[in-house]
Amino acid sequence: MIGLEFLNIAPQRFAEQAPALVVVGPLIAACAAVLAPGRRWAWFLCVGASAFAFWMAVVLASEVARQGVISYAMGGFPAPLGIEFRVDALSAMFALLISGMAVLTAVFSGESLETEIMSSKHPLMQGGFLTCLAGLLGLVLTGDAFNAFVFLEISSIGVYAMIAMGGARDRRAYPAAFNYLIMGTIGATFYLIGVGFLYAATGTLNMADIAARIPTLTSDRSIEVGLAFILIGLALKAAVFPLHQWLPAAYSHAPSMIVVFLSATATKASVYLIIRYLSTVFAFDWQVETAFMAFVLAPLSVAGILICSMQAAVDPEIRRILAYSSVAQVGYMTLAIATATSAGVSAALFHLFNHGVMKAALFMAIGGAAIHLKSQRLSDFAGAAKSAPWTMTAFGIAALSLLGAPLTAGFLSKLRLIQSLVAADWGWAAAVIGLSSLIGVFYVGRIFEVVFFRSEPEGGSAVREAPVSILLPLWLLAIANIWFGIDATIPLGLAESAAGAVMGATTLSPAGAP
Amino acid sequence: MSELFGMLASGTNPGFVLLVAGVMAALIRPTALRGVVLIGAPVLALLMVLYGPGWGVDAARTDLLGLQLSLYRIDSLSFVFGLAFVVATGLIGIYSLHRREPLEDGAALIYAGAGLAAVFSGDLLSFVLWMELTTLASTAILLSRRTAAANRAALRYFAMHMISGLLLICGVAVIAMDRGTIEFVQLGPMRDGLLVGILDPSEPGGALFLAGLGIKAAFPIVHAWLKDAYPEASETGSVALSVFTTKLAVYALVRCFAGFEPLIWVGAIMTVFPVFFAVVENDLRRVLAYSLNNQVGFMVAAVGVGGELGVNGAALHAFTHIIYKSLLFMSMGAVLLRTGTTKASELGGLHRTMPFTSIFCLIGAASISAFPLFSGFVSKSLIMTSVEYAPGVYIAWLGMMFASAGVLEHSGIKIPYFSFFSHDSGKRPEEAPFNMLLAMGAASAFCIGIGVAPVWLYELAPYREAALEYLGVDLFSAKHVLHQVQLLGFAIFAFLLLKRMHLYPPERPGVILDADWLCRDLGPASWRGIGSFWERASARRARVSEAVDRWRDWLVSQCGPSGWIARRASVSAGAIWTVIILGATLAVIYGAVR
Repeated sequence: MIGLEFLNIAPQRFAEQAPALVVVGPLIAACAAVLAPGRRWAWFLCVGASAFAFWMAVVLASEVARQGVISYAMGGFPAPLGIEFRVDALSAMFALLISGMAVLTAVFSGESLETEIMSSKHPLMQGGFLTCLAGLLGLVLTGDAFNAFVFLEISSIGVYAMIAMGGARDRRAYPAAFNYLIMGTIGATFYLIGVGFLYAATGTLNMADIAARIPTLTSDRSIEVGLAFILIGLALKAAVFPLHQWLPAAYSHAPSMIVVFLSATATKASVYLIIRYLSTVFAFDWQVETAFMAFVLAPLSVAGILICSMQAAVDPEIRRILAYSSVAQVGYMTLAIATATSAGVSAALFHLFNHGVMKAALFMAIGGAAIHLKSQRLSDFAGAAKSAPWTMTAFGIAALSLLGAPLTAGFLSKLRLIQSLVAADWGWAAAVIGLSSLIGVFYVGRIFEVVFFRSEPEGGSAVREAPVSILLPLWLLAIANIWFGIDATIPLGLAESAAGAVMGATTLSPAGAP
Repeated sequence: MSELFGMLASGTNPGFVLLVAGVMAALIRPTALRGVVLIGAPVLALLMVLYGPGWGVDAARTDLLGLQLSLYRIDSLSFVFGLAFVVATGLIGIYSLHRREPLEDGAALIYAGAGLAAVFSGDLLSFVLWMELTTLASTAILLSRRTAAANRAALRYFAMHMISGLLLICGVAVIAMDRGTIEFVQLGPMRDGLLVGILDPSEPGGALFLAGLGIKAAFPIVHAWLKDAYPEASETGSVALSVFTTKLAVYALVRCFAGFEPLIWVGAIMTVFPVFFAVVENDLRRVLAYSLNNQVGFMVAAVGVGGELGVNGAALHAFTHIIYKSLLFMSMGAVLLRTGTTKASELGGLHRTMPFTSIFCLIGAASISAFPLFSGFVSKSLIMTSVEYAPGVYIAWLGMMFASAGVLEHSGIKIPYFSFFSHDSGKRPEEAPFNMLLAMGAASAFCIGIGVAPVWLYELAPYREAALEYLGVDLFSAKHVLHQVQLLGFAIFAFLLLKRMHLYPPERPGVILDADWLCRDLGPASWRGIGSFWERASARRARVSEAVDRWRDWLVSQCGPSGWIARRASVSAGAIWTVIILGATLAVIYGAVR
């Protein structure tokens, strides 16, 4: 399925435990990293644990491709009483994306933390990162509604702490972390309340079990209220407009390392849960759900796409431009999901994957530049391409991908999005994406003009070439942006099998069209 | 070796060679080595075009998101355009040898490569993809002039072409949905043995595609980008820009909409209205941009006529036009290089020290004015004949006759007269560098060669038999030649008369706003009649930019970091929004299961 099956060389007994190991590995390493004697050790642990998680994710993915759904009873207690890890193609795709990005982020983190964080705090930072990784991986693998809440919190706690650690360099990180803490807690609480409603109505916490029992209930309001709470809570974590307000500040003031990771994975894990609830736990053709998607999710997505693109177009700070664009891109995904078609979900997942690849590269390049440049103002990047050609060329490639230029991954996913929207008879939504692409021309064009075509300020640009340990993952991502723009077999295969796993391959009923 | 070349030629789109060469040229610092790439790549591409796979064969296929793409397909139509592109790329390569701008050279080659790849695409999607790449590369060409005016023009140009690209992409998406295929071969039937006119503009997909192409071809009202951007490029950049984008659009119009009658009228309007602007414009490169617009109008009209004569006319006129228009842009580029300006008011009398450039410019001027025995006559006659015999478009034909006289006025006379003759500006610049003269000389040789021996151009025509028949019977018939000579004679007489009576619009610095005024100042526009266009419009330009500034300030005040939206992004606002959305969701859900 993904061309990495050769990594599936684990012994059978080992492979059987992969669903647990993929989470447990980073979690144990997190504790070890905090206790590590020096920052080098912490870094090695971080890279090692991420690589281990990625390996296990590959094992999982190839097992899923071979035998379909994997059900793993945690601690030997069978579902529905015990906690079940339930891995299908959708979970496997997210596990691959998250752990893959984690490896690149971990490699990137060494030199980046060096300048941004006091060296005595590196182990804490790496520990927080690994906690967050474990939480996100658990989130996408678990088949238990309450367990998902626990993992959501585990990942968030790591993130709150890491954002706050940016305060040593940029004091605006403290209010950003606090705001995110408050908002994130509201989101998680909403989710928990929703799960409570479902539990009250069905008497079980296992997602598959809930899904099986819902049809047997006769018109129970608590299911509907539970659905509303869960989806709103998750929408907040996924930064769906207008619940995104924690995101721009968090992304623009946190340490580079965590922004790279968050931009590629964190909101996406919440999108995963939204898809999971909409498709597996509830049924897509349920009229409550179609009403929610047509009258709440779609309008919010459209508003987010347009307003946040405008905000990105005029903002003077480079990281906040990218953050606003992230919110707009989440809007693309939820808009495609709201069509409630298999093609829509597959296009959303395809875009989600590609967006992870391009945003991580963009933030990584900015992080590389930040080693020598304290400022984040766009105007301070004038002529950066002259003084840091390798870093900024990779940045340029990813920016073209963000714009949706042909021969880049971004183009294919936008094409796919438009195709799926047109196929669902949502021509107006395709027009919205077109319009927002035009606004995108302005913000990407603005960045391009400054970085590549404006002359350097007096005394040369402050931006310097990033060190090799940053250029390596950065260029890997930049090349991936081009590679996936020419040969989209891997992301498209992942997205289609994931969408097929939760939607059924042939459901193209245009439910939910207004 | 020859086997290797055969493999390369039979399955590789020649555009790819230029693309690779473009990347190389951008990276290579030594000028001599870059020169080898700049000239070697077009030569290799030329060989590949000549010894490529047979016509009508899908030589390279691939699959993208489940759509079948045909990356390399030559037929007699794309062959003419491709050949012209390769020749022009070679000329541009020679012309830019003296420069030290790797980025711009690379961008020009990538631009050419994408254009060539687009022409040799066998389906709509790959055509549009390559077209998008031409947009990026041509924007880079504009940006590499590195002046503030060029940067602003580049952003406007980019925005316009992104809109057009978006229309094209949406058109392709809709066509793919409706028809289930995007391959030329499956979209439409052959017409007289050639795949032309394959889309139906009354279908939504076709309409979108036509709208996108309309922007690229600079149809009236959406033409402003052309005269806005081309004169802002560097002396080599504007040559490259003049070749590809509009002619790609003409190619696609022939391929998709040949015989769509309204295009005759669109084309006729396109030929007529730039004449007025060109006559009063002061910047000679902008005059050339207007006349480019006008020449493309002739091609669009021919596309509208369709049929064997129309398709031949559009394709062959594109071929000759590419060469004489780049010749004219090259001569003005040489003037720009040597004097630093192309403003008519600051030039004059340059023939004393730039004799060769003057002669080459005169040859280009004679060609664009369609003097018999020059290349323009050979191809434009086809178009004029085809429109003349099309039913019910007599007024369009008259308009195009008027425009032909106008071309002579602004391109044939004004360009060489004001730069090289006219009153003496006192400037005594050096003759252009040798490589420039070489490129101009080669282009001039093409212009005269085609004019004197049209047969080898007609051999290339998409409908070869029809073209050769026309050559034998019509082209040099007494009626035709006399007609043209009379037209040109009277136009020259009119110019002399006006000049003598001091009625010819004097060369004066100033800014002429036409339809870009429409885009920029639509709301509060105060239309004071056509006459206001003729005024010096600097004051209005200032008002327009004030309005733009006001609008941008407003946008920043709303969307900026301390703007209306951001100020409402506090934690408490977030919490309140969460509750509001929850309430809305509950209301919707309750409504759904009432």
